[in-house]
Amino acid sequence: MDPRDIVLDKYSSKVYKNRKEHVITINEGEPNVIQADTRTVPGIMTNRGCCYAGCKGVVIGPLKDVATITHGPIGCGFYSWGTRRNKAKGDENTKAFGEYCLSTDMQETDIVFGGEKKLKQAIKEAVEIFHPECIAIASTCPVGLIGDDIHAIAAEAEELYGIKVLAFSCEGYKGVSQSGGHHIANNGLMKNVIGTGDAEPIKYSVNLLGEYNIGGDGWETERILKRIGYHVVSVMTGDGSYDAIKNSHTADLNLVQCHRSINYIAEMMKTKYGVDWMKINFIGPEATKKSLRDMARYFNDPELSRRTEAVIAEEEAAIAEGMASCKAVLAGKTAAIYVGGSRSHHYINLLKSLGVEVVLAGYEFGHRDDYEGREVLDTIKKDADSKNIESITVTKDPDHYKERLSEQELMALRAAGVPMEEYSGMWEDIMDGAIITDDYNHFETEEFLKYLKPDIFFSGIKDKFVIQRSGVASRQLHSYDYAGPYAGFKGALNFANDVAMAITVPVWDMVQAPWKKEPLLEGSLGGMESC
Amino acid sequence: MLNLTPKEVSKRSALRINPLRTCQPVGAMYAALGVHGCLPHSHGSQGCCSYHRTFLTRHFKDPAIASSSSFTEGASVFGGGANLKTAVRNIFDIYDPEIIAVHTTCLSETIGDDLTGYIQDAKITEGKYVVHTNTPSYVGSHITGYANMISGFIKYLSESTGDKNGKLAVFPGFVNPGDMREMKRIMTLMGIPFTMLPDSSGVMDSPMTGTYEMFPRGGTTVAEIIDLGNCQSALALGEMTSEAPAETLEKKCKVPYQTLPLPIGVESTDAFIMALNHFCKEEVPYALEEERGQLLDIMLDSSQYSHEKTAAIFGDPDTVLGITQFVLEMGMIPKYVVTGTPGSTFDKRVTELFEKYQVEGCVVKSASDLFELHQWIKNDPVDVMIGGTYGKAVARAEDIPLVRAGFPIIDRYVHSYLPIVGYKGAMRLIELILTAIMDRQDRDCADEDFEIVM
Repeated sequence: MDPRDIVLDKYSSKVYKNRKEHVITINEGEPNVIQADTRTVPGIMTNRGCCYAGCKGVVIGPLKDVATITHGPIGCGFYSWGTRRNKAKGDENTKAFGEYCLSTDMQETDIVFGGEKKLKQAIKEAVEIFHPECIAIASTCPVGLIGDDIHAIAAEAEELYGIKVLAFSCEGYKGVSQSGGHHIANNGLMKNVIGTGDAEPIKYSVNLLGEYNIGGDGWETERILKRIGYHVVSVMTGDGSYDAIKNSHTADLNLVQCHRSINYIAEMMKTKYGVDWMKINFIGPEATKKSLRDMARYFNDPELSRRTEAVIAEEEAAIAEGMASCKAVLAGKTAAIYVGGSRSHHYINLLKSLGVEVVLAGYEFGHRDDYEGREVLDTIKKDADSKNIESITVTKDPDHYKERLSEQELMALRAAGVPMEEYSGMWEDIMDGAIITDDYNHFETEEFLKYLKPDIFFSGIKDKFVIQRSGVASRQLHSYDYAGPYAGFKGALNFANDVAMAITVPVWDMVQAPWKKEPLLEGSLGGMESC
Repeated sequence: MLNLTPKEVSKRSALRINPLRTCQPVGAMYAALGVHGCLPHSHGSQGCCSYHRTFLTRHFKDPAIASSSSFTEGASVFGGGANLKTAVRNIFDIYDPEIIAVHTTCLSETIGDDLTGYIQDAKITEGKYVVHTNTPSYVGSHITGYANMISGFIKYLSESTGDKNGKLAVFPGFVNPGDMREMKRIMTLMGIPFTMLPDSSGVMDSPMTGTYEMFPRGGTTVAEIIDLGNCQSALALGEMTSEAPAETLEKKCKVPYQTLPLPIGVESTDAFIMALNHFCKEEVPYALEEERGQLLDIMLDSSQYSHEKTAAIFGDPDTVLGITQFVLEMGMIPKYVVTGTPGSTFDKRVTELFEKYQVEGCVVKSASDLFELHQWIKNDPVDVMIGGTYGKAVARAEDIPLVRAGFPIIDRYVHSYLPIVGYKGAMRLIELILTAIMDRQDRDCADEDFEIVM
């Protein structure tokens, strides 16, 4: 039996029936359909979080000039305070709220009598203390149950204080994972922020979408883009700001790094403002080169193309020696990689360029299109658990819509392999025979570790120490273990060094105590008393 | 750093900024991890469970296992009974713990799920246990949740058979495994038979062996919890954390209890040893006398560096109270003493300490937050801050050394392995405090004032 069957066989028939669709082996020539974005099996020890985490923790929280108030008991706000490393810098003109955790800290009386009064007062106090340009309200579980109308309160506060107030109904029980929260956050930004600015368009303008600047990834990406000559209008949302996102509709091209969390906005901006989008990937030198060349093709300007090649040559040369020495350490190793909804795919190629094959992979909350590619979108049926996540439709904005490239030009780009409005998913890059588990859990992590014995396991904080204790090197690919950046050329070298370090630290050779390896010596030496 | 915090303190009645506490369930999860073979279970939507596991893992740098009922919107409307039933079956099937300890979240509490009923209906494998406690996040703090979970174990399991077991029941308070080990070492030195509940040593500080064990060696066993009902008496360490479980045990099994502060510093450790001494009625071993004397020796030797130095102390109520007592013993002035956990006992006990040591101008506040503490410091600074990791932003903004003690400490290593309780723990604490103060003198003094011997 192959490892997949051995592991699944240990489940009861009911759990087996559910999990067998989420755990598959990649086989050549087969369509490889996976079940994803469905409810978690209770008690299975999933690694998933909730809708609030996806909305406030991931998409809205990083907006540096937005004072985000968590409406709920203290926990949710507390746990998402400074723990996701979406770096941001304030300056004289930009207030940075990243170091703050704002909450209505609901008490029993607020549950009984409603929390609306307290929320209103909290907004008032936030305005008086911080004078923010924009406030966001993020709901937690009890808010929806007790019926607080945060949208009415937001509208009222907007009027009262003359600032932007955004409300997000991202109660933790909505949807089945963080994913619902991304969608809710996207809808809110699209409805209330994007397109409300009046900046003049600038040449070679792009937005960086689904880039949260973990450990400075976004800054490293921007550094490269600026060297080539691009203008980055906004980043959604790492080091991003309300102020910049207002004008994001003036860019010509949206660059989508994390497809899962931001594809909604990419699609809607195309419909409403005519901004084209392409899937890029700035993780790993090969992917970065392809993305930069795809962008050059899109803008089709000889000077931009020349700069692109010059920058690529310089950046690549700067890391070549370091990458080669890491590859010498890592070549032939195998890896497992489980991250949220996009990194599991992005890092596969970076690992390949270091000679490491991924034998085990998956997402916590990816949808089928993140595994199988966007061409399966039409075949995905929404199930009962996610149908209440609002899907909004937008139409052409008569004042701001502008066609960038004609449909024929876009077709030609696609034909040339430029992923315009395309994403082919993890399947494109994962090796044959690899095992994929969607919504991975503790049991499957432990079991597959036993059978596949990868040399290194990339995932998050909850299982890092489980894996390490098992004797397998483990690096976090959410927090980068407090290091980074990992994006772009320099980031690739940072990553390579960190992985080589994780595998070669001297401790690995000391795990077994010497007395467990050798029989005890008996007798005395050199006339000394035996001890 | 924290540039948006104004110096002027404004009155806030609704907006909590930079809290000094978190919510109940994570405390319940930590308590449950201190029971051998136990899988904590979070009855709510799965985000809570992930956040709580993450919080504990970041503090201990060790795995923190727990499962969730994974509520969907449907369950949130119609109740989570089916989710819990399915979860219990799957947990025993897949992970095979000896006991599942269920706690709730604001979701299941708001909808009013009847856990007692659900558990009665659940199919529980012969010889296995499922217990629960209610931990609404909108009441109290993680300290409340910790106390509630311990009470939950007692309510479900402890029994008085009428046959006394000669043991002392010990509730250690919300402390690190390193502290629990130190308490156990002292009791063992004194020859006291005891059961400690919970006991996270050997669980949240377990060794690297090359083999992961989901249920490590440590933890109070179910048999020991059952037998708690037969203990001679109980010791509740940390009034605000441990009194509720001790009361539960007294009510259910008529085990009398004595409440003491956490044994941090000289006087509180003395009180702990005295209480143990009354229990065993043997002479206190010389080893402990020696430790006490060493601690006093250190305190005297170094007193010129601690004398009248001011401190801001923040964190969990019993820990903060203990540290406050110790810094007063060191001749320091605890200028600001704050906890995020609500409750007037804290204010009362700290005020008593201020009065006893006759310190002037010191402030105590429960249900406070770091934003407020920062504003006070802006108006009137201190020499040292003592508390958890989140204080580091204030410490950096105001250029004040931070001594890490308490929960959570998520930016340093080793701390959870070593105690701050007992005479040994006090030695560690005084070393941390003195090093912080003296490093600062070395950094800040003029070159000509730089001392080689200090």
